[in-house]
Amino acid sequence: MLAIDLLSWFCLISGGLLGTIGAIGMHRFPDFYTRQHAAGVTDVLSAFLILLGLGLQAGLTLAAFKLLLIFMFLYFTSPGASHAVANAAMHAGLKPMADKQD
Amino acid sequence: MKHNLILRVTAKTLIPPIIIFALYVQFHGDFGPGGGFQAGVILSAAIILYSLLFGLDAAEKVITPTVARILASLGVLIYMGVGFATVLLGGNYLDYSVLADTQVAGQHLGILLVELGVGVTVCSVMLLIFFAFAGRGRP
Repeated sequence: MLAIDLLSWFCLISGGLLGTIGAIGMHRFPDFYTRQHAAGVTDVLSAFLILLGLGLQAGLTLAAFKLLLIFMFLYFTSPGASHAVANAAMHAGLKPMADKQD
Repeated sequence: MKHNLILRVTAKTLIPPIIIFALYVQFHGDFGPGGGFQAGVILSAAIILYSLLFGLDAAEKVITPTVARILASLGVLIYMGVGFATVLLGGNYLDYSVLADTQVAGQHLGILLVELGVGVTVCSVMLLIFFAFAGRGRP
């Protein structure tokens, strides 16, 4: 059980770390698209690692199945939402910062 | 038309699970978190998502405002009907214990019916508010 516990804690901590990195990136990057990049890249893997860690704690139970369903939902919606926000910004005419400077 | 293709495909795969989840929240509400209000909001969110992506006209084909208006009053009628049924069966207003043979079965049936009424009303009123706001500029 110690191995599973260690693996689960590794997943939880690295997932939390990844989420924190995404949040810092969203705070520190200069313009909309880079912020979107920081948040959009990290959030699915961070959610996956946290849910995997929780699933390892739960074992093969109904709770683990529900965690799997939550993961499937996030797996489809999170990139979709990132795409929708970036697409709306592009559609409204917001230029990326790199294009503005040259 | 073309720039929201990804969103359309994502939403097409997600709308059926959202509706099933709404039904789960509706009918599992007496054992776990949930109930009529939440289920109605989730169900109407599925239809609002559909209308955001495929247009208001397509959504109004799914559930027309007239049907939504009838359903909104039907839900209140179910709620009131359960209340008056308990009065007619000899209990107090909304005293579910008299609805079935045993007290537990009566409570179970009563809460299920009342939550069904709440769910139907909340879902259709949410849709009516959305249709009224989204359809403002139309002739």
